Amino acid sequence: MNWLLVVAGGMVGAPLRYLTDRAVQARQDSVFPWGTFTVNVVGCLVLGLLTGAALAGAAGSELRLLLGTGLCGALTTYSTFSYETLRLTETGTRLLAAVNVAASVAAGLGAAYAGVTLADALWA
Amino acid sequence: MTVPNTESAAGRPARRGQAPVVVAVSLGGGTGAAARYAASLWWPTQTGGFPWTTFWVNVAGCALIGVLMVVVTEVRDAHRLVRPFLGTGVLGGFTTFSTYAVDLRDLFAAHQARTGLLYLAATPLAALAAVWLATWATRRAAPPGTRGDTDAKGEGSS
Repeated sequence: MNWLLVVAGGMVGAPLRYLTDRAVQARQDSVFPWGTFTVNVVGCLVLGLLTGAALAGAAGSELRLLLGTGLCGALTTYSTFSYETLRLTETGTRLLAAVNVAASVAAGLGAAYAGVTLADALWA
Repeated sequence: MTVPNTESAAGRPARRGQAPVVVAVSLGGGTGAAARYAASLWWPTQTGGFPWTTFWVNVAGCALIGVLMVVVTEVRDAHRLVRPFLGTGVLGGFTTFSTYAVDLRDLFAAHQARTGLLYLAATPLAALAAVWLATWATRRAAPPGTRGDTDAKGEGSS
């Protein structure tokens, strides 16, 4: 059952990332990978919310496997993030590559904190 | 769920042929997430300790995408669903940014600032080193005769 929850979450999270990335990239024409940045930050916020809800006793282990390990895990990505950063350095925009790393880590961590804090306000 | 504005997606045929790609990404995502879950069961991380399992999952995924992208954009013509399935799906689903960020928050919240800072810096550094090294090594190992394509630098990133 646990496996099914993780797989089901992953099967939704990955295409959600793909479709969001396409939607975001179609609406902007800078070389900055806004699509991946967006899904990563949103995923951090949702996983933060879920973690906060679990700490408050409002989310059980099954919900965490489905939405956390499965959905948020697959919605967010480190491989595409790294690859796109490498592409930025290869195409001569090293400053943007550094900005992508710093901004993604800072925004992701900030979103995780915001999610936990929000969950605390909602359920604790 | 937002449907992408396919008309303005540069040079892409609108909607037609999109469904198989989404299905490939979905199947790959389920596979990648299951593999990550398996790793977390085999090598459970101690609370407050350095999240080694997620660290290695992310680093391995970054190395593999380096290999994959050189192969499908520079070495040979792959089936059009190979990259969505393996890259966007399996590797995207295997690696995770959200667990990295929330684990960082948990470490700081548990007053493990030193471990947290180490993890904060080590993951992006190792991930970038992995994708760079894997790309470099795969380009070197690419069979002679196919290397000519390398100059064309496949600009096919989505």
